Amino acid sequence: MQKVLIANRGEIARRIIRTCRKQGVAAVAVYSDADKEMPFVREADEALHIGPPPVAQSYLNIDAMIKAAQTAGADAIHPGYGLLSENAVFAERCTAAGLTFIGPPAGVIASMGDKVTARRIMREAGVPVVPGFEGQLETAEEAVAKAQGLGYPLMLKASAGGGGIGMQVVRDDEELRRAFQSAKGRAKAYFGNDTMFLEKYVENPRHIEVQIAADQHGNCLHLLERECSIQRRHQKVVEESPSPFLDQETREKICRAAVEAARAVAYTGVGTVEFIMDEQKKFYFLEMNTRLQVEHPVTEEMTGLDLVAIQLDIARGLPIPLKQEDVKALRHAIELRVYAEDPQTFMPSPGRIVRYQPPVMPHVRIDDGVEAGIQVSPFYDPMIAKVIVSGTTRGEAVARAAEALAAYQIDGIKTNLPFLQEVLADADFQAGDYTTQFIERKNSKRSVGQ
Amino acid sequence: MKNITANMAGTVLSLLVQAGDTVSSGQDVILLESMKMEVPIQAQADGKIAEVKVSAGDFVNEGDVILVLE
Repeated sequence: MQKVLIANRGEIARRIIRTCRKQGVAAVAVYSDADKEMPFVREADEALHIGPPPVAQSYLNIDAMIKAAQTAGADAIHPGYGLLSENAVFAERCTAAGLTFIGPPAGVIASMGDKVTARRIMREAGVPVVPGFEGQLETAEEAVAKAQGLGYPLMLKASAGGGGIGMQVVRDDEELRRAFQSAKGRAKAYFGNDTMFLEKYVENPRHIEVQIAADQHGNCLHLLERECSIQRRHQKVVEESPSPFLDQETREKICRAAVEAARAVAYTGVGTVEFIMDEQKKFYFLEMNTRLQVEHPVTEEMTGLDLVAIQLDIARGLPIPLKQEDVKALRHAIELRVYAEDPQTFMPSPGRIVRYQPPVMPHVRIDDGVEAGIQVSPFYDPMIAKVIVSGTTRGEAVARAAEALAAYQIDGIKTNLPFLQEVLADADFQAGDYTTQFIERKNSKRSVGQ
Repeated sequence: MKNITANMAGTVLSLLVQAGDTVSSGQDVILLESMKMEVPIQAQADGKIAEVKVSAGDFVNEGDVILVLE
């Protein structure tokens, strides 16, 4: 592997470039018209224009992406996260064009991308899944009949769903009847697939995921967990590891289950198995992300490993140069996602950044995609940076994170920096006592207080 | 004549009003897609719509006129 095309943009493109450089691999960026001034374009060894700003015509354009790789003479493609990273057709097209797709085989992406299939595979492999009904649900009445056997509250979900779209909690027959048609309609509109299924709704859940890495020689390791319960609109905002909620016994169990899940699909590459955990620390498989995660730096700062380097090694056919017992939580790490959005309403805030000063402090890593003078485009995701902080204890990491946020200056657009500071100052967060409802509850308290 | 402007850049997903409608300040008039989110844009004044300046699929910048009131 001598030249890698990065089929992505922003902070993750920069992150991948850094490891390519360390390994002596040339990095090729692609950019839309909206991104030509972005730092990742300048920092790559080569950059090719790929199309107009809308993602369908640029970063999601498979033909253009393959052509760019061929024009540049790249021998591999790194898809990053989001965009084409979990597109089985893209993985297949790369392979057919003689390009190494840095990720698992297309068949694995396809089976994990379909929630009903993924659930079935995991259940058969002995990985716990949330009790539910996986068959086709055509009508609201069929759903109501199945609901009786499962018991409320239930979560109605779209098989092809993601990002919380087409997902709804229902607490009785009437709510299920009302929700069914609209959820099905939304699933059809967003994913072109309206297959629905029912799952038992886990109350006060925590979202805990396990990083795994598997090579082509049968080695499959876990790289410990990440606690990702702080979310808004089903999008993660703060992640940390080790999880303050896990005891050692539960940690070993959940990490072992993740390795079993990866083995069940003959996974290769780095990936993440997401679980939902109830108040009694019972956990259930949620989904598998067959790519690098946004929050992978939490694992890197905790363990001292470079996950992109591991990805490149695996893609080259090398064995993972690690044993399970070498993977240790050396530090506590926290990641805070900086979004271009209103800190009160969470509404997007695109626009020009007029001043940009990230904190420069020991034990603080900034993975960002922007700089002063950059136009934060309305065409793409609002996440512009990640602040990753580590410490020998959780308390030390939290205190450093607060200092880092206080020193971060971004003018010209609104950001959620004030909101992140509130999270760090929250008594429940400081005690490590929080669930996926944390932000919602915090906001309802705040509006009552006003 | 008063203008209703977009307070955010984005792509017009749908129009919630048409020429001839009466709108009041604070009412949602168009739905924009910005940063992968659906964002409703509100009228900043009351009045009857004389002209709709945008259609679905158009890109608008912050400050662009979307509706003209009589």
